[in-house]
Amino acid sequence: MRVAHEMHDGYYVNLGIGIPTLVANYIPDGMQVMMQSENGLLGMGPFPTDDKVDADMINAGKQTVTAVTGASIFSSAESFAMIRGGHVDLTVLGAFEVDVEGNIASWMIPKKLVKGMGGAMDLVAGADNIIVTMTHASKHGDSKLLPKCTLPLTGAGCIKKVVTNLAYIEIADNKFWLKERAPGVSVDEIVEKTAGEMVVPDYVPEMEF
Amino acid sequence: MSGFDKVVNSYEEALAGLADGMTLLAGGFGLCGIPEGLIAQIKKSGVKNLTVVSNNAGVDDFGLGLLLQDRQIDKMVSSYVGENALFEKQVLEGELEIELTPQGTLAEKMRAGGAGIPAFYTATGYGTPVGEGKEEREFNGRMYILEESITGDFAIVKGWKADRYGNVIYRHTAQNFNPSVATAGRITVVEVEEIVEPGELDPMHIHTPGIYVDRLIQGKFEKRIEQRTVREA
Repeated sequence: MRVAHEMHDGYYVNLGIGIPTLVANYIPDGMQVMMQSENGLLGMGPFPTDDKVDADMINAGKQTVTAVTGASIFSSAESFAMIRGGHVDLTVLGAFEVDVEGNIASWMIPKKLVKGMGGAMDLVAGADNIIVTMTHASKHGDSKLLPKCTLPLTGAGCIKKVVTNLAYIEIADNKFWLKERAPGVSVDEIVEKTAGEMVVPDYVPEMEF
Repeated sequence: MSGFDKVVNSYEEALAGLADGMTLLAGGFGLCGIPEGLIAQIKKSGVKNLTVVSNNAGVDDFGLGLLLQDRQIDKMVSSYVGENALFEKQVLEGELEIELTPQGTLAEKMRAGGAGIPAFYTATGYGTPVGEGKEEREFNGRMYILEESITGDFAIVKGWKADRYGNVIYRHTAQNFNPSVATAGRITVVEVEEIVEPGELDPMHIHTPGIYVDRLIQGKFEKRIEQRTVREA
C-alpha cells in the first residue's frame, strides 16, 4: 500500500514477481500507470476471464494475463533495452537482504539450489528509481537490513528505498534513514530489528495510505 | 527448395546436420513460444552432449525438459530454471552444467551475436557472482563488466505466421527471445503455425526478416500453459 505512493501519473512501472505484484491493486483511481512485464509486454492488464485465456499472452511470472488499451508487445532484447537503458520510471522488487551501501541480495542462498536471477540483476542495474519490498526480519527474527549483505549480491550500490512491514527507510551516505513507520509500530521495534546503522529522527511519522 | 523458398517438408530435413556436441539456441519464455515440433525431433534424433542456450529449461515432461529425460544436454545457459525437478536432479548429480546468466544479458548476448558484435559492456552483474573473472571498465563514473556474445550452430525458433521466404511474425508475448535467437544461429530453423505465400504478409509488420531464416516448417502446437490465472467474468 505504501509503495503505491511512489507511483505517479504517466509512470512506466516494473513490478517484480511475488509481493510487489500486490502493489498493482492499490493504484489510485484516475492515475494512469503502465506495467512493464520483462518477457516483452508494456501495458500489462489483469488476468483474463476464463474464455479469454490465451497461451501466447503471459507475464514474467508465466501467468496468463491481458494487455490494456494502448499496450505494446516486443522482444526480450527490446524489453531489456528499455530496462537497462533506464527508461522504466519505477521498479519494485523483493529481496532477502539489503545493506547500508545500497547493495541487494535477492537471488541466491548458498548450499540451496540456485534457480537463477531471471531479470532481477538487469532491473537493479538499469533503474534509477527502485523500491525494495520485503519483511523487515526473518521468521527467526534476524534483521534483513544489514551493515553488509551476507548473501551473494544481485546488484551493488543500487538501492535507495526500502519498504518493509514495519517501516519506510531510505539509504544514503552508508546509512539507513528511518522515514516512516507502519501504523501501530514503535520506533523501538524498528531499531531493534535493523542491524545496519540507522539514523532515527526525533519524530517518525506513520505511513499514510 | 529453390530461390528464397525456405520451406522444408519434414522435421528430419528441418534439423539435418544437427550433431553431437553442438550449441543450440532456443526461443521461448517458459513454455510460451517454444518450437514444440523441433524439440520433439531433437529428442527423436538422439543427439547428445548439446549446449543449449535458452531462458528456461522447460518442465519435466514438456519443452526442453524432454531433452533432459535422455540426458541429451550437457550444459544449459539460462536465466531461470526453477520449474524443473529433473533439471535440479541432474545439476545436483553433476550430470548437467548450468551457466546462469541475467535475462537481459542473455537476450543482448544473442542480439549482439547475431549482429556481429563479439562482446559488450553492461552494468548488469557488476559486483555480483556474475561479474567474477570478467573484465571491468569505468565509463562516465560507473562500473561495467564485459560480456561476450553468443552464437549457435543451430537456432530453433517459434513463429506465428511466415511467408515461404521466411519472413516471420510472432504472436503476442510468444515473441520473447525468438527474434534474437533467430539472428544468432549459423542455421536458423523456424517452426510456425501457418505458412503463407510471399506478398500475403505486410512487409511493415515483419518481425524477423527472411534473411535470418534458413529453414521453415509448419507445425502443430499444444501450447501448454504453465500458470493458468483467471478473474471472475
